[in-house]
Amino acid sequence: MKLDSMYQDVILDHYKHPHGRGLREGDAEVHHVNPTCGDEITLRVKYDGTTIEDVSYEGQGCSISQASASVLNELLVGKDLSDATKVQETFLELMQSKGQIEPDDAMEELLEDAVAFAGVSKYPARVKCALLSWMAWKDATAKALAEEAKTA
Amino acid sequence: MTQLPGLLDTEAIRKDFPILDRVLHDGKKLVYLDNAATSQTPRQVLDVLNEYYEQHNANVHRGVHVLAEEATALYEGARDKVAAFINAPSRDEVVFTKNASESLNLVANMLGWADEPYKVDHETEIVITEMEHHSNIVPWQLLAQRTGAKLKWFGLTDDGRLDLTNIDEIITEKTKIVSFVLVSNILGTHNPVEAIVRRAQEVGALVCVDASQAAPHMPLDVQALQADFVAFTGHKMCGPTGIGVLWGRQELLEDLPPFLGGGEMIETVSMHSSTYAPAPHKFEAGTPPISQAVGLGAAIDYISAIGMDKILRHEQALTEYAVKRLQEVPDLRIIGPATAEDRAAAISFTLGDIHPHDVGQVLDEQGIAVRVGHHCARPVCLRYGIPATTRASFYLYSTPGEIDALVDGLEHVRNFFG
Repeated sequence: MKLDSMYQDVILDHYKHPHGRGLREGDAEVHHVNPTCGDEITLRVKYDGTTIEDVSYEGQGCSISQASASVLNELLVGKDLSDATKVQETFLELMQSKGQIEPDDAMEELLEDAVAFAGVSKYPARVKCALLSWMAWKDATAKALAEEAKTA
Repeated sequence: MTQLPGLLDTEAIRKDFPILDRVLHDGKKLVYLDNAATSQTPRQVLDVLNEYYEQHNANVHRGVHVLAEEATALYEGARDKVAAFINAPSRDEVVFTKNASESLNLVANMLGWADEPYKVDHETEIVITEMEHHSNIVPWQLLAQRTGAKLKWFGLTDDGRLDLTNIDEIITEKTKIVSFVLVSNILGTHNPVEAIVRRAQEVGALVCVDASQAAPHMPLDVQALQADFVAFTGHKMCGPTGIGVLWGRQELLEDLPPFLGGGEMIETVSMHSSTYAPAPHKFEAGTPPISQAVGLGAAIDYISAIGMDKILRHEQALTEYAVKRLQEVPDLRIIGPATAEDRAAAISFTLGDIHPHDVGQVLDEQGIAVRVGHHCARPVCLRYGIPATTRASFYLYSTPGEIDALVDGLEHVRNFFG
């Protein structure tokens, strides 16, 4: 069934058993919504220098948006900001590929579980769901950096 | 096949709608249950549109050549058809717009620029309800923000109906306009017009009715409604997109100022000032949606020939069946009236904790088209503490078999995410 290419087991696992869910202390907080479907996320980032110490989040939405946030947490926490940015940009590229990118070994190594979302990129209505938390993370990070620049 | 009393001959009707024969996703027959969003278009309407462009296309009201006269006659003929369809006392009370949203915005802007006694200002109040489509909320919020008027609304009961217990406090001497939906697009609720109109008339407020989900599905008589304005759209009633209607009482259309200015809506223009054409042209600036109006006229011919009372009976039978069948699905909660009484054929529901997006996606994979989300009525979702709903909505070509397919499909959704 074609759907299985969207709802990979990895995605359903993350949906049913999310990583790092719940709001914890952070340097910056953002709230993003997907107005077409009502998906919402509140996301906080905490940095230790340029290392991502935590990404915590709370939200409601479909399996794709919730699983994506869980994958983000698993992937980015502990990474240096420059590495994390590379992951985010690669994930964005994959999601905007309309199913045209077949992930190679290098991409799979970089994206780990996030590579399971490749199938979602074929469904234009759902790409936003997958990207919601990633856009929120990018925004929260920019906010945290701006805060830091102010206090420095 | 399930037979219910009151059903139309859907086998014959469906032959008029080529799209209903589509097969999706490797062999799944299309089950189109998204009629509250837009209806499908019968061949009879498509033929008229085609013929219009192949034989009669011209701009209206401004040429002396044959095509211009034919196009004008067809466009104005569509106005006659709309007027008859809604039992308007005069064809001049029918204003063509691009959709119901524009119709409602037009009313808000007429009042926004009006003089006494219609003037909306900081000492006056606007009344809507919590079950409105965003198109009957946002124009009034804009008007309230710009004029300082106070926006008030009727809340909802737990079973999806208007809470009118405090009607005398909501609609007061300060109320200038009460605008509400006849049939809710998200809850399916068919609202009690008389009670609201009676109170509005008591205090001298105008009444605007959003009939977008009513006009396609039941006989609509603007005189019986006793409203001052009625708005609806063509594409939900077998017509094309890009055409809407605002019906307004003659003296109001005469008294109230125009909103959009341009060609067609004027009498004379000088560099200093202009005078305006009489209604309805006063409110139709620029080249109107001509073929769309003609298409709407053909759609009205089509559904009228079947009979609006028969369409209503068909949908009532389907609604009763659907409400019963859906309640057999474990964890399914209907958002809105849980019985078929005073409700129309749009049924929203939640399915356990499964997000409507996921419900819709797995249904789509089986060829079943439903709408998911907040249906441009987010306050309703907030009221019932849910992020979104899945909505199945029926029309004259819908069958009990399609409801069975939906119920089977939902079972599959539960297994998929279970």
